[in-house]
Amino acid sequence: MFEQHSPVLPIILPLIAAPICILLGRSQLAWLFATFISALGFGISIGLMLTTLDQGVLSYSLGGWEPPWGIEVRVDAASALVLCVVTGISSLVLVYAKESIAKEIDSSQHTLYYTAHLLCLAGLSGILSTGDAFNLFVFLEISSLATYTLVSLASDKRCLTAAFRYLIMGTIGATFILIGVGMMYMKTGTLNMLDLAARISEYDSSRTLNTGLAFILVGVSIKLALFPLHMWLPPAYTHAPSAVSAFLASTATKVAVYVMVRFIFTIYGAEYVFHTMGMDTILLVLAIVAIFKCSFMATVQSNVKTVLAYSSVAQIGYMILGISLVSTLGLTAGLLHIFNHALMKGALFMAVGAVLLRTGSVDIKAFQGLGKQMPLTMAAFTIAGLSIIGVPLTAGFVSKWYLVTAALEQQEWTVAFLVLAGSLLAIIYVGRILEAAYFKNPAEGTTYKEAPLLMLIPLWILVFANIYFGIDTSMSVGAADTAAQWLTQPSSSPATALSVNMGGATQ
Amino acid sequence: MNIWSALEPSQLINLTIIVPLVGAALVVLLGKNPNLRESISIATAVILFTLVLGITDNTFNQLNMATSWVDFLPGLNIAFSVEPLGVLFALVASFLWIITTIYAIGYMRGHNEENQTRFYCCFALAISSVMAICFSSNLLTLFIFYELLTLSTYPLVTHAGNKNAKRGGRVYLGILLSTSIAFLLFAILATWVSTGTLEFTPGGIFTDAQSSSLVSLLLVLFCYGVGKAALMPFHRWLPAAMVAPTPVSALLHAVAVVKAGVFSILKIVIYIFGIDNLSQISTTDVMLYIGAATVLFSSFVAMTKDNLKARLAYSTVSQLSYIVVGALLASSIAFAGASLHIVTHAVGKITLFFCAGSIFVTTHKKNISEMASLGRKMPLTMIAFTIGALSIIGLPPMAGTWSKWYLVVGALEADKLIILMVLTISSLLNVAYLLPIPIRAFFTPADQRSQSWSWSETSEAPWPSLLAITVTSVMCLVLFFYPQPIIELVNLIPGVSTDINGGT
Repeated sequence: MFEQHSPVLPIILPLIAAPICILLGRSQLAWLFATFISALGFGISIGLMLTTLDQGVLSYSLGGWEPPWGIEVRVDAASALVLCVVTGISSLVLVYAKESIAKEIDSSQHTLYYTAHLLCLAGLSGILSTGDAFNLFVFLEISSLATYTLVSLASDKRCLTAAFRYLIMGTIGATFILIGVGMMYMKTGTLNMLDLAARISEYDSSRTLNTGLAFILVGVSIKLALFPLHMWLPPAYTHAPSAVSAFLASTATKVAVYVMVRFIFTIYGAEYVFHTMGMDTILLVLAIVAIFKCSFMATVQSNVKTVLAYSSVAQIGYMILGISLVSTLGLTAGLLHIFNHALMKGALFMAVGAVLLRTGSVDIKAFQGLGKQMPLTMAAFTIAGLSIIGVPLTAGFVSKWYLVTAALEQQEWTVAFLVLAGSLLAIIYVGRILEAAYFKNPAEGTTYKEAPLLMLIPLWILVFANIYFGIDTSMSVGAADTAAQWLTQPSSSPATALSVNMGGATQ
Repeated sequence: MNIWSALEPSQLINLTIIVPLVGAALVVLLGKNPNLRESISIATAVILFTLVLGITDNTFNQLNMATSWVDFLPGLNIAFSVEPLGVLFALVASFLWIITTIYAIGYMRGHNEENQTRFYCCFALAISSVMAICFSSNLLTLFIFYELLTLSTYPLVTHAGNKNAKRGGRVYLGILLSTSIAFLLFAILATWVSTGTLEFTPGGIFTDAQSSSLVSLLLVLFCYGVGKAALMPFHRWLPAAMVAPTPVSALLHAVAVVKAGVFSILKIVIYIFGIDNLSQISTTDVMLYIGAATVLFSSFVAMTKDNLKARLAYSTVSQLSYIVVGALLASSIAFAGASLHIVTHAVGKITLFFCAGSIFVTTHKKNISEMASLGRKMPLTMIAFTIGALSIIGLPPMAGTWSKWYLVVGALEADKLIILMVLTISSLLNVAYLLPIPIRAFFTPADQRSQSWSWSETSEAPWPSLLAITVTSVMCLVLFFYPQPIIELVNLIPGVSTDINGGT
C-alpha cells in the first residue's frame, strides 16, 4: 500500500503539510513539523532512487486514470537523483533555518517561511516526478510563487525589489514555457511526455513544434539563469534570507536544469534538438561565456553572497556545458554536477549565513579575522570553497574530471581547456574571501562567537558529503550514469519500466 | 635493516602515509605541551624512516609491494606501489625530516615563533603527502597528493601571517594551483581519454595508436604542469615561498616540495613516456633547451641577489632544471644522474638553508653583504656552509660530484654538446655565487682589524640546529665516499643504469 503510492508521496506530503504548518501557528512547532515532513520526503526519495536503480522506471497514475489521459507520475533514475538532492538539501536547510531566520526574518512571519518552504518543496518535487508536460508547468508555478515569497521575507527591505525583479522575469519564463507547451499540444494533441515523445518523432520538422521548442528553451533558460538571462539571480540570492539562498541555490536552478534535460532528451529527443535545430552550439557558447563572465563578476564583488550568486550562474554554465556536449558522458557530467554543486553551494551559503548571524554583515570586510573567531564555520567554508575550485578529494574535482573527459571524448580540446581555466577564476574569488578571513585582523574590539550548533551540524554534514563524494564516487557517478543512459537511449527505458499502474482506491 | 619484517610488505606503504597523519593528529592534541609535542614529531619522523628503510630492504629483495585504497572511477584507483625511484625519494625525504625536525626545534624556539603547533602539524601532513607521491602507482594518485602537498604547505609558507607572507602565499598558491589545474590535470585527462590507462608502466603507456603530435603536446603540458619543478617561466613561486620560516624553506623548498616536482617529472618520463621513446618526441629537445636555459638564467639571477635565502632559492631553481635536463636527455645514464641529483642536491641545499637560518636566528642578518667576518663568530656554521656549497658546485670530495659526473657522461652519451657546455658553465656560475659567501665570512675583516681569534668570540645557533647542520654536512662527505647503496637503488629502476651504454 505504502510502497505502491511512494512515487507520489514526495509531492503530496509537503503539499498537505504546508497549510497545516500555518495552522500550527507557533514558530517552534512549525519548524519541527516542516523538518519532519522534509526528512520523511528525503527518506522516501532515497527509497525511490534505490528502486529505480534496481528495477527501472516507476509509473503511477493519479486517481487511477491511465496515461496518456490521466496524469502520470513517473520517476526514473534522473528524477530520483535530483529528488534526493532537493529533499536532502531541504531537510538540512530546515534544520539550519531555525537559528538563521531568527535574525533575518521578522518573528511574526516564521510560520509563513516554513509554509512557503514546504510549498516550494512540493512544487520542486512535482516538477521532478511528473510525467505530464502541462503538469510540469503547474508545479513550476507553485514552486516559483513560493520562491518569490521566500525571497521577499527578509527583513532587509532591498529584498522586495529583488523579489519583484525575480517575479517579473520568472513570470515571463513561465509564460514562455506555457506557450511552448501549448504549441506542442496544438500539434500533437497530447500532454503526456512519453506520448509527446512518440508523436513528435513522427514529424521531421514542423514550424509549430520548432517554435514551441524555442519558447520552452528560452523560458527554461530564464528559470535556470543561463547567461544572458541570469540578471534576476544575483540580487535575489543576495537579498534573500540566507536559509532561502542556500535552499534555492542548491535546488531551484538545478530543478530547472532538470526541466531542460527532460524537454530536450525525453520529449523532443536529442537528435531533434541538437541536429535538426542545432541547439548544441548555442548552448555550448552560452555556457562557456557564462562560466567566464560570471566567474569574473564573482571576483570583483564585495558582498560575499553576491560572489556566491555569480559563482552559481557560472556553475550552471558547467551543467549546461555538459548537456550541450551531446553525449552520454556529457550528460552524466551535467547531472553529476547538479548533485555535487548542490553540496558545495549549500555549504557555502550556510557558512555565509552563519557569518551574517554573528557579524550582521556579509561584506567581505565582515570576514576579516573570522578564521580565528569562527574557526569551524570558516573551516567549512574553506573546504566547500576548495570543492568549488575542484581540488582533488572533493566533490568538485569529480565533476571537473567528468566534464573534461566528456569534452575530450568529443575531441573538443578547447572546451576542455576552458573548463579547467574557468576553475582558475574560482581560485581568485574563493581566495579573496579566505585571505580576508585568515590574514586580516578583525576590526578593533570586535569579538564574535562561533555559530550555533544547529547551524554547524547541517553545514558540516554537507562538508563531509563534499569530501565523501569526492573520494567514493560509486554512488553519485553510478546514479548519474544510469540516469544519463536512460535519457539518451529512450528505447531501453520502457522495456524495463515497472508499472505501478493502479492508483487511488481502485485496487 | 628491516625491523618491520614481521609486517605484510604492502602494509608498509599504508603505514608510511598513515604514520605522519597520526603524528599530525597527536601534535595537535598535545599542542599545549611543547616538549611532548616535539618529541612526538621526532618519534614520528624516526618511525617513518625505519618504515622506509624496511621498504628499501624489500625493494632490494625484489618483493612486490602494492596496495589500493578506493576505486575512484571504474578502472582507476587511488593506489600505491613501490618502485626504486620512489624509494629513493622517500628515503631522502624521511631521513631529512628527522634532521629538519631537530633543526626546527632550535630555530622555532630561538626565534620565538608563534603557532608552532600548526607548524609541526602541517609539516607532518606535508610529509604524508610526499610519501603518497613517492609510492603512487598511477597519475591520478600522484595528482591528488601533489595538490594536497601544495595545500598543506600553504600555511607553512604564510606562517608569519603578515603582508609579505600573504603576498608570497598568493604567488605560491596561484602558480602551483594554476599550472597543476590548467596543464597537469589537462594532460592527465587527455592521457586517460586517449590511452584508457594512467598506470605507471615501465617503458611508457603510449603506443602507435596515439598521434605523435598529441604525445609531443602532452610532454610540454606535463613539464609545465608540474609547476613544482620550477621550470622557467613558472619558477616565481619558489623565491616567493622564501617568506616561510627557514626550516620550511630547508625541508620543503630544498627537498620535499621541489623534489616532489622533479620526481614527478622523472616518474612521468620513465613510466608514462618511456626513456627510449623520448627521442622520437618532437618537443623533447624544446623542453630540454628550456631546462638548460633555466639552469643558466637562474644562476645569473642568483648572482644578483644579496638576500641569502633568495640567492639559495634561485640556485635551487637552477639545480632543479639539472634534473629536468637529465630526465629529457633520453639517455639511461643521464637519467641515473638526475635521480642521484635528487639525493645529492637535497643534502647539499638543506645544509645551506640550515646555515642561512642559523645565521638569521643568531645575528638577525639576512643579507650577504652584512656577513663579513661571520666566520669568526659562527665558525662551525660557516664550515658546514662551505661543505654544502662545494657539494652543490660538484667538487670532490662532496656528494654532488657523483650526480654531476653522471649528468655530464649522459650529455656526452646523448651527443648533446650544448648541454655539456651549459653544465660546465653553470658549475662555474655556482662557484661565483656560492663561494664568495664563506670567503667573505672567513677572510674579509669586519670594521677593524681585531686581534687573533679565540673560541670565546663564537656564538653559534642553538645546539639542536647546530647538530642538524653537522649531520647534513657530514652526509655530503659520506655520500661521496660511500654512494654504493644509492647507486644500486638507482640501477634497479627499470631501463636505467649507471654504466655507459646501459650496461650492455
